[in-house]
Amino acid sequence: MSGLVFEHVRLAAGARVLVADFSLALAPGEIATVMGASGSGKSSLLAYACGTLAPGLAASGSVRLDGIEISGLPPERRRIGILFQDDLLFPHLSVGANLGFGLRADVKDRRARIDQALEAAGLAGFAARDPATLSGGQRQRVALMRALLAEPAAILLDEPFGKLDADLRAQMRDFVFAHVRERKLPCLMVTHDSQDAAAAGGVVRTL
Amino acid sequence: MILDRRTFLALAAAAAASPVRAQGLASWSDTLAQARGKPVFFNAWGGDERTNAFVEWTAARVRAEFGIDLRHVKLRDTAEAVQRVIAEKAAGRDAGGAVDLIWINGPNFLAMKERGLLFGPFAQTLPNFRYVDTAAKPSTIVDFTVPVEGYAAPWRMAQIVYVYDSARLANPPRSIPALRDWALANPGRTTHPAVRNFLGATFLKQALFELVPDPSVLQRAAGGDYEATVAPLWRWYDALRPALWRQGRQFPDSGPAQRQLLNDGEIDLMVSFNPAEAAVSIANELLPKTARVYTMAAGTIGNTSFVAIPYNAANRAAAMVVSDFLMGPEAQARMSDPRQLGNPSVLDIARLPEDGRRFFAAIPPIAGMPAPAELGRVLPEPHPSWMTRIAADWERRYTG
Amino acid sequence: MALGFVPYLTLALFLGPVAAGLVFTLLPSFGYLPALGETQIGLRIFARLFDQPGLASSVALTLGTGFAASLVSLGLALGFCAAAHGRPIFRSAERLLAPLLATPHAAIALGFAFLIAPSGWLVRLVSPEFTGWTRPPDFASVGDAAGVALVLGLVLKEAPYLLLMAVAAHGQIAATATMATARTLGYSPFAAWLKAILPQLYPQIRLPIYAVLAFSLSAVDVALILGPSNPPPLAVLAVRWANDPLLDLFLPAMAAASLQLLLVAVAIGIWRLGEASVARVARPWLADGTRGRALERVAPVARAALLAVAAINAVCIAAMALWSVAAAWRFPHALPERWSFDNWMRAASRLAEPALTTLSVAAAVTLAALVLVCLCLENESRRQRAAGPSALWALYLPLLVPQISFLLGAQSLLVRLGWDGTWGALVWFHLLFVLPYVFLVLADPWRALDPRYAKLAACLGAAPWRVFFAVRLPLLLRPLLVAAAVGFAVSIGLYLPTVLGGGGRLTSLATEAVSLASGGDRRIVGVYAFLQALLPLLAFGLALAIPAFAFRNRRGLR
Repeated sequence: MSGLVFEHVRLAAGARVLVADFSLALAPGEIATVMGASGSGKSSLLAYACGTLAPGLAASGSVRLDGIEISGLPPERRRIGILFQDDLLFPHLSVGANLGFGLRADVKDRRARIDQALEAAGLAGFAARDPATLSGGQRQRVALMRALLAEPAAILLDEPFGKLDADLRAQMRDFVFAHVRERKLPCLMVTHDSQDAAAAGGVVRTL
Repeated sequence: MILDRRTFLALAAAAAASPVRAQGLASWSDTLAQARGKPVFFNAWGGDERTNAFVEWTAARVRAEFGIDLRHVKLRDTAEAVQRVIAEKAAGRDAGGAVDLIWINGPNFLAMKERGLLFGPFAQTLPNFRYVDTAAKPSTIVDFTVPVEGYAAPWRMAQIVYVYDSARLANPPRSIPALRDWALANPGRTTHPAVRNFLGATFLKQALFELVPDPSVLQRAAGGDYEATVAPLWRWYDALRPALWRQGRQFPDSGPAQRQLLNDGEIDLMVSFNPAEAAVSIANELLPKTARVYTMAAGTIGNTSFVAIPYNAANRAAAMVVSDFLMGPEAQARMSDPRQLGNPSVLDIARLPEDGRRFFAAIPPIAGMPAPAELGRVLPEPHPSWMTRIAADWERRYTG
Repeated sequence: MALGFVPYLTLALFLGPVAAGLVFTLLPSFGYLPALGETQIGLRIFARLFDQPGLASSVALTLGTGFAASLVSLGLALGFCAAAHGRPIFRSAERLLAPLLATPHAAIALGFAFLIAPSGWLVRLVSPEFTGWTRPPDFASVGDAAGVALVLGLVLKEAPYLLLMAVAAHGQIAATATMATARTLGYSPFAAWLKAILPQLYPQIRLPIYAVLAFSLSAVDVALILGPSNPPPLAVLAVRWANDPLLDLFLPAMAAASLQLLLVAVAIGIWRLGEASVARVARPWLADGTRGRALERVAPVARAALLAVAAINAVCIAAMALWSVAAAWRFPHALPERWSFDNWMRAASRLAEPALTTLSVAAAVTLAALVLVCLCLENESRRQRAAGPSALWALYLPLLVPQISFLLGAQSLLVRLGWDGTWGALVWFHLLFVLPYVFLVLADPWRALDPRYAKLAACLGAAPWRVFFAVRLPLLLRPLLVAAAVGFAVSIGLYLPTVLGGGGRLTSLATEAVSLASGGDRRIVGVYAFLQALLPLLAFGLALAIPAFAFRNRRGLR
């Protein structure tokens, strides 16, 4: 079956259980939301899905992507993209090179693909720019494009709009969700903002 | 003194007559062939820039002439090289040693020769040895009363002189007691290198020579008569020391360090082992133009510097070729040129063939250089045991 | 995975020679050296050691100068922190101090010797106009029996080092907020720093302080240049005796090296007790509510004292630079009478080989240290676990154990293996001292790098080594280059490890400068010392210039 499926995921830090038993199935193009207070293990759940969980945490349970069990794979082979609250554009690379970092090495028409992505983000002609000279919204859009150029089969959003002001927040949300739906990616979002959850329009789970 | 001279000459003759391992001149071309392309690690004290420059010139010449790669390992103290050979022997490295050639004489030579740490005899097999003036310069075959027996090749002569600035000191003291009296009248205006340093010990030795009633005893190893013999030396030194630079509590590390003090005007009088000290230093602007040298009325000690090859040297043939080059007319002439080192040559220049004499004829006269006659009598070095014991005694008596 | 072995390999490369060297120093000291026919274990070698003339004064001198230099250095560094925290000068201290630290000890000591000698620069500046001295006065300002010049020479290098360590440690405690809190409670800045910051800061700089104490107790090059010689400090005696031609003093030399180890251990113990007593005495004062406004009068003095140290360092280098281009410069001239580049010309051909050795060893050892440190840190990053405090102690070990105590033994081991005097052996000896500094400089920025960059890169499909080369190394370019410059500078300054590891065959600018200093031509010494000081500065210049150029269009990395 296609989509992202969590089954009986359990996360614990020593004796403290962060996530007791989390199961959820996301269809392509579906955006589900996980809410909860800080320290509730929301981000750890995402880290478990993309394979970057801190070694101090004990985890069990299954994560399947398009029918394949991925919880034993290294992160670079899971094909799961992630977007953080900070854009985390590599400061040593230009905007174009940041996007190029996401593209697979065997992609031929790199320059054209990068230009297309910039155009889609409303940033045509920005390829040579230093990321530090972009506004917060622009940077966040480049970060999304970088994640999408890696051609993930699913995408995780870790409070991606948390640092934007209210105006920009709505715009950015629409932009991200439109791209996720267009590519029919299963998407799991972690947030503590109920407006984000409402806009996603999918299942809402609280930890 | 006559007796003493006779003993000395007898020892010299014995040394010259001692059997030399047959290694005829026929093999010299083999030696040259073996030497080509080899490095020679020449361990020599590196505290004197002029000597360093001379070694550097030698390196360029032996590279051009014999294809030898001469490397100067600059030592703070010759003992470092001796110790390295001893350490290698202790570690069982009887071949391929790190030291190929050492600039050596006195106690270091005795120590290495006695312990069988030297290769040889080889000096008499070197082609240029036949021009060495062993008759008029017996110290080329008897080093500090120890017969060299071919275990080291002479390359440089030295004689104690005293250096002073004639602009500040018109009449320098010409005897050892006069030196003390002058120092007491002019406190802080002279010093000597630390007694660990060869020249420092030599300062005391020279004093001993004038202060003992019969200097011939110094030609024998110091024995039961030691304490009594050196007693006048310590009486003299105890009186002198408070009048030395820094009240005799601090001493320059070496001869050249003294020269810096003389140049700075901290002292007026210093001891040196090089008759050309003033001339060369004036030329190099290391001393004022008024610097001059003189010797004591009763004469001063002279000796010869040698190069020796450790028993385990990795590049023995190349080291022999370098030894021969150093005692050859070209190197000897350059060495005696006051613009370079200014040391008296070990050779008998009169015996040299015409093309050899040419090198010496090319040396121009220079200001500040004493004529050989001005240097007076050359006294023989005492047996090394005297210097060793005096140095040890000095450490015990005067170390804080 | 192979990466996991790198920390063990590093420790082995690093602690192996220290441990082996100690064994081969200790065994002969206790009478076991079969090569010299000594097989009876006992204390007779120590008995001979204690019979040597001047030993007691040498030990007293060693302890006196070591403690004095460390206390004065620490006082100056902490005083400056207390007096300058929060001021612009404090923020720029790090940038100003790095070049000072890069300058080798020997170069500074040689310059300082000329500065304070009776015929030196200071006296020349005021003579004969103000002093009436047309000739240098006869007082012992260099090599004085009490070791005052030696202490000052050590302080010139150690005070800036401790200050840099202290400045860096401020980042690990919430210093700015703590200071703000204390000052809003009415404390003067100086008192606020002493009462609120110092107790938190001290544990962070304890190891560097011990390293300074160990170094001050056992430095050979500075002591040869500035210290008394009759008797000299114990480490110099050990080197001197180890070079005894008759080998009579070889075993006492080993015993002296062992005694040196004991002295350093005891000194660190005494210092530890001192720390505890100071803490006990000061504890009531911390909370007695005195706001210490009177202390504020000390602040300008404390700031000026450290700036004076920095200025003297610069003057020392300037003196050497002047000598290197002087033709004639006799007392009492304050400046050379005639100038000339002849010294450089004459030295050029002789400089080439030691300079090449210096540069090639420094480059190789820096590269080796960088590779090892980067792999150790990468291993940490991938396991997401930092090495514990025991690793830090291990790193500091070659800086705490006196060099002479293990290098003499390590050298005899090299001779046994036939490796002495090889380029590789020299690089290895240098690695022992370069690696800790490279690690200390690089570890903090490495660990501070946002781990999400690597995670995100992995989620974009980058394999671990691609993350290492394409993300982590470029982001850390600046600290990598600074660490390289520090490693390079440390290597260029090493004296004793070069003397013993080079086996006399390989010489460096450091060994040549110290050996020429025993001769008498200040002009040539000036050439060597100035060049030795210049190379690390160039390395630091490059370390700053390269990222500035590479990232000229990357505002986020400026």
